[in-house]
Amino acid sequence: MAILTIGVFSSLIGSMSTDFVFKLSEAALRKGHKVNIWLSGNATGLVKNNQKHLKDYSTGEKPLKALLEKGVEVCTCEACTLARGIQKTDAIEGVQWSAMHWYLAKIHSGDRLLHIGGE
Amino acid sequence: MADTKLAFIVQRPPYKSENSKLAITHAISYQTVEILLEDGETVTPTFCLMGEAVLSCLKGQNSMDTYDITSTEMHLKNALLVDLDVLVCKEDLERFGITEDRILDAEDMGADKKIQIVPFEDIKKTIETAKHVLFF
Repeated sequence: MAILTIGVFSSLIGSMSTDFVFKLSEAALRKGHKVNIWLSGNATGLVKNNQKHLKDYSTGEKPLKALLEKGVEVCTCEACTLARGIQKTDAIEGVQWSAMHWYLAKIHSGDRLLHIGGE
Repeated sequence: MADTKLAFIVQRPPYKSENSKLAITHAISYQTVEILLEDGETVTPTFCLMGEAVLSCLKGQNSMDTYDITSTEMHLKNALLVDLDVLVCKEDLERFGITEDRILDAEDMGADKKIQIVPFEDIKKTIETAKHVLFF
């Protein structure tokens, strides 16, 4: 088993990067690997609960909850998230809130890093 | 006793996107990461500015007056203050016509470190010796 750490900086809507992260994480889990996901910048919008799934737009809530249930650790950058007007009470349950050192620690303890930059 | 070397490679300009600021703040966080690591374990980032990102190291930035946000200059000064190695690509500085006297420093804050102007070859070596590379 290996540990994959993924840093996501791109937005859920307007980019397919997050959709790719969900698919890749699922595939890694199926192969028995552990996955950590760090959300920063515009990616932090992903943690908002009660997302409406309109078929013209990517959706994040359902796949993110599924990953959390399977043991994926997901952490959002607290400053980035609060700056976008999302409070902890508005967020999907199970997502951790921390600062950038969380990401560096997971990179340190992980075997592979996939850093997906922002717009 | 494990050290993880990280290469932060920044290519985006300082204000067109959030990338530059996020790169610096993530790199600076190496100062506090030890609270999440085992004893003796460390993370050592090297911060490299290339392409349009070399504009980040100009002194005299006024983003607080214009946009009411902390300048990239101030973020980089903080990086120097916490002893982060900051490398800037010599060739890209020359392409922009930026001379050494226009490069910021953090002497006024008491920093020992200075921005290091290095040839691209040195940045390439940093990439080759890092365990992970983070592009911003």
